[in-house]
Amino acid sequence: MNKKQKNLLLRIIIAAIFFVPLYLISEDIVHVSVPKWVVLILFLIPYLLVGYDILRKAFLGIKNGQVFDENFLMTVATVGAIALGEYGEGVAVMLLYQVGELFQSYAVGKSRRNISDLMDIRPDYANLETEDGTERVDPDEVEIGSVIVVKPGEKIPLDGVVIEGTSALNTSALTGESKPREVAVDDEVLSGSINTTGVLRIRTTTEFDESTASKILDLVENAASRKSKSENFISKFARYYTPVVCYAALALAVLPPLFCMITGVGMEHYASVGRLWGDWVLRACTFLVISCPCAVVISIPLSFFAGLGGAGREGILVKGSNYLETLSQVKTVAFDKTGTITKGNFAVTAVHHSPLDEKELLEYTALAEAHSSHPISASLRTAHGRRLDESRVTDVQELSGHGVIAKVDGRLVAVGNEKLMEKLGADYHPCSHTGTIIHIAMDGEYCGHIVISDELKEGSGEAMQELRKAGVRKTVMLTGDAESVAKKVAGEVGISEYRAGLLPADKVTAVEELLRECSGNDRLAFVGDGINDAPVLSRADIGIAMGALGSDAAIEAADVVLMDDDPRKISKAIRISRKCLAIVKQNIVLALAVKFICLILAALGIANMWIAIIADVGVMIVAVLNAIRCLFVKKL
Amino acid sequence: MKKSYKIDVDCANCANQMEDAAKKTAGVKDCSVSFMTLKMKVEFSEGADAAAVMQEVYKNCKKVEPDCEIYL
Repeated sequence: MNKKQKNLLLRIIIAAIFFVPLYLISEDIVHVSVPKWVVLILFLIPYLLVGYDILRKAFLGIKNGQVFDENFLMTVATVGAIALGEYGEGVAVMLLYQVGELFQSYAVGKSRRNISDLMDIRPDYANLETEDGTERVDPDEVEIGSVIVVKPGEKIPLDGVVIEGTSALNTSALTGESKPREVAVDDEVLSGSINTTGVLRIRTTTEFDESTASKILDLVENAASRKSKSENFISKFARYYTPVVCYAALALAVLPPLFCMITGVGMEHYASVGRLWGDWVLRACTFLVISCPCAVVISIPLSFFAGLGGAGREGILVKGSNYLETLSQVKTVAFDKTGTITKGNFAVTAVHHSPLDEKELLEYTALAEAHSSHPISASLRTAHGRRLDESRVTDVQELSGHGVIAKVDGRLVAVGNEKLMEKLGADYHPCSHTGTIIHIAMDGEYCGHIVISDELKEGSGEAMQELRKAGVRKTVMLTGDAESVAKKVAGEVGISEYRAGLLPADKVTAVEELLRECSGNDRLAFVGDGINDAPVLSRADIGIAMGALGSDAAIEAADVVLMDDDPRKISKAIRISRKCLAIVKQNIVLALAVKFICLILAALGIANMWIAIIADVGVMIVAVLNAIRCLFVKKL
Repeated sequence: MKKSYKIDVDCANCANQMEDAAKKTAGVKDCSVSFMTLKMKVEFSEGADAAAVMQEVYKNCKKVEPDCEIYL
């Protein structure tokens, strides 16, 4: 509790101590005979003690032309009740209202701190290496290329490259991934991760403002200022609602008694004209107490904030509450293939029809391709795995559009496509697998082929199933790759549609087509890796960037950033947004329904002030507690 | 030009009112107040003097919510 809250708590306690005996006396539960005016003055002590700031604010509000706010509502209602001789009710309403305010302030402060702690990746200091030892400085002051030391248990303050030491990093604040990441010399490290085991010396590669931690923090802090439709609806609602209720209360206080007096209908229920007016003015005051809009106004932004915080903890950064709202309506998801569904690195997946040992064949092929810079040559070399002795290779001949012919250990090795085999007259077997096929012939004899393809990401298939379970109706894959590759990948992971052979610009057109197919409130999400699909990310209703840690373009263009590469997080993000939106709806409906019912009961004279204030404070407490549920998304 | 200020305010509705008041201030192009992060983001109009405009914003916010604070 902060100072303000402690102060308020103290006032509430003292006022309550005064109030309880006074109430017992005034209700004749304890029989003490005191004149009425003494009771009034005694009641005013707790009233002013607990409510003076509300009275002051209401007064200042009127002076500044801001008449209709909750302070005004409370002031009018309580002053009205006291003026009508209902001292106990008047003071009780003020007391309970302040209890509600205190609870609200405490709960909001607490969840604000909880959520900020979750995203607390801001490093406080850096151990800068200088000529005379290390010095503890503000990360802001560290220049690019400086050397910093990070001890176990410390946060890495700036992005950089390890120049000495090995350690395991806890990156859970960045990625939601709890598995530690092993780092050694020459590995890149990101700010915001926590060094757990060994001392690291790091050469920094960014300034603090440009570091991963700063960018993520900036993103998180900005997120709450992008307001959702529900939040805007509520603030607009509050703007009209309070004045409307005030006028309704005024009408309630004046019209029915006037009607009674003029027509004489119902006058028999009242002892005097004074009683008649008193009754209706009291009803109007009760009306005002109920009308306080705080429950809705506080719980909606709190729900969204908690939702954003909960998602952040899972490594899903949502850039604003408005995107959380859109995410919950996603019915179509379009994917980029490479880097999203597949890993984006090519690997040898099969070796067929080879009379030689697989390893031997790979070795010859890798040697023949040793001088090529083509990505496929690189993947062949990776598959071979060991160092290549390039002196074994002579007479390298690159045939553009065909492949390579080279002498390896004196044997003539031809590595290339079907055209090359035909040219050499080698009797090749066409392959039934999809992917890039590399045929090999040695000394004119066919020696089989190697299949190279992009590997599926772990969890891609599961991700599609989960998306379907989460209510996504259509999944579409957009790829620049050939039809056969697209068909195979789509089949393997279970994507319902695919569009192959697309240039980057075609992807935008494809997404626009899909957008036209979406009906009503259905939204389309595009998932990409942020490399050259920025236009598509921004064209879709919601752009989700994958594995964006450190990629500026993606963080800029996307609305949701998945910090680790995991495609399963897409459905998780959708489920989090659904939960959050469901809670928002529950709160709106609950608060408005309870208020509406109580307003009617008050107008009919059934609900008294006690019921009114309990409905008001109670609904607010329930709504705030419900909102905090948005934070718990681990098991979704 | 955009700037972000730390604020202190007690209720969500008051934060909304502060946002409205700031938006109406001359020299402010747009403003967003987040009650949850207690931050006020102000986008100033072309050529406006941020410090002077913020003084006005502060005054206007005080009018709608006497209990608010903007840390300039």
